[in-house]
Amino acid sequence: MTRALRIGFIPLVDAAALIVAVDKGFCAAEGLDVTLVREVSWSNVRDKLNIGLFDAAHLLAPVAIASSLGLGHVKVPIVAPFNLGLNGNAITVSPALHVAIMAELSGDPFDPMATALALARVVAARRKSGAEPLTFGMTFPFSTHNYQLRFWMAAGGVDPDEDVRLVVLPPPYMVDSLANGHVDAFCVGAPWNSVAVDLGVGHILHFVSDILVRAVEKVLALRQDWSEKNPAVLAALIRAHDRAAEFIEQPQKRLEVARILSAPERIGVDPEVIQRTLDGRLKISPDGTMRESSRYLLVGRQGAARPDPAQAAWLYAQMARWGQTAVSPEALAVAMAVFRPDLYDAALGREAKPTEASEGIGAFAGPAFDANDIAGHLAAFKIGRQKA
Amino acid sequence: MGSESSPKIVIVDESPIRAAILEEGLREAGFTGVAHISEMHNLLARIYALDPDVILIDLENPSRDVLEQMFQVSRAVRRPIAMFVDQSDSASIQASVDAGVSAYIVDGLKKERIKPILDLCISRFNAFSKLQDELDRAKSALEDRKVIDRAKGILMKLKGLTEDEAYVLLRSTAMREKKKIGEIAQSILTASELLK
Repeated sequence: MTRALRIGFIPLVDAAALIVAVDKGFCAAEGLDVTLVREVSWSNVRDKLNIGLFDAAHLLAPVAIASSLGLGHVKVPIVAPFNLGLNGNAITVSPALHVAIMAELSGDPFDPMATALALARVVAARRKSGAEPLTFGMTFPFSTHNYQLRFWMAAGGVDPDEDVRLVVLPPPYMVDSLANGHVDAFCVGAPWNSVAVDLGVGHILHFVSDILVRAVEKVLALRQDWSEKNPAVLAALIRAHDRAAEFIEQPQKRLEVARILSAPERIGVDPEVIQRTLDGRLKISPDGTMRESSRYLLVGRQGAARPDPAQAAWLYAQMARWGQTAVSPEALAVAMAVFRPDLYDAALGREAKPTEASEGIGAFAGPAFDANDIAGHLAAFKIGRQKA
Repeated sequence: MGSESSPKIVIVDESPIRAAILEEGLREAGFTGVAHISEMHNLLARIYALDPDVILIDLENPSRDVLEQMFQVSRAVRRPIAMFVDQSDSASIQASVDAGVSAYIVDGLKKERIKPILDLCISRFNAFSKLQDELDRAKSALEDRKVIDRAKGILMKLKGLTEDEAYVLLRSTAMREKKKIGEIAQSILTASELLK
């Protein structure tokens, strides 16, 4: 019997596995009749998943954790048995800020420590001259983008709550806001960084993979009670998405994938821009400079789809570092239990691939992350808003 | 915050008609302090300038995520707010999400004072979508009539029929094929386009 499901998504390239699973018939092959519902805000996706209007959703990994902990909103336990993407974000700055940072830079422009120190000098000079603080756009309070921006600038000595302004902006408004000077920079997923570069209003300063080697970005999220009542459907969903992720990662299929994703009711942007993202070959400057990374966005390759509870712990540590919650062993356990490699392994009948995950988070600054000692780990960072 | 008299309500909505319907309803119910924001740029600053007790936003608005920032303390947000919904309020959330509206309540306003505001929003939002549906139906009926008129014209010319005879032919074909007259008329237009 075919099972009808509604899945919510935000039009971003890391919704690729969801879209390809439906449009290439991988869901249908598993007996799933999936309707994808395009949404305009993460709040909507979260709320519609929480109250059961959606069976599953494309969700920011930190929102799945915040929802399970009841942070910022109603507490609804969520499970994440499949990563839709690792990395994939970038930090884009206005041409003026790019000039200012490059003028202060000593070292490699792709070294996040060098740019963060340069940013600190730009911020200090602006304060001295009485200029308004710089404004950085990000997508949601509980977002990877928020934590990645903060992690980067704080490493250079910039306090993200005191020295600059961090504001939430819906991704479709990012480019306009940068062009109008409402923000000086932003951190967002694809395609928006490339759109800004193509329009000549921004320079991609960093791929997030410069800041963190492996950062979980979006997950396939389901309510815990739903997943417990529908284990067979859940396993079928995981298999369909695993096939989709595998399909997306074949270089000879990229053109077809980009075309599928570019449909107006899916992501609705130029397929060429989508392909750049999938290939990790991005134009980073309006002058046409290209940059390649093998880790720009991982959809399934290198074990990317398998949830890693250590990633959940790292996100929880960021929530604690920036005062969104206090550190507690109980809450940490809840956060880590959101990520379910056991469900992934059970659905695919595979054993874990620890060699891939052993690379860990790979942050460019601070000690190696230790999920068993979050307080100790956070103590190594000078800037933070930790609650007592 | 003066909420003992009438709470200050801000409606964030890019649709001026829907905002007007909501505003009118709130005023009729005795909520006199109602303001409307239709410009999304610098939304938080606009909201803080008005210093409301209740913020209402439609769910089609991507700026809903901007409001989520009000739960945080940061340089941009000095006065964090709390969502009035607690764990027991899932029915309220369900009804409001179904209707397409969400409410954010500044900390300190009593819960029993929020309920009538939210209930009113939900019913007004539902009324608006009903109105929108009717408008869409009327529009498509008008479209159908235009298509039927053109199909009648083609039939009259090709088959030498009167207008009434052309209409009868369309209607009987539609009945025989269990389709709408508009669909039959559209296929005549498509066919005549192809055969040109």
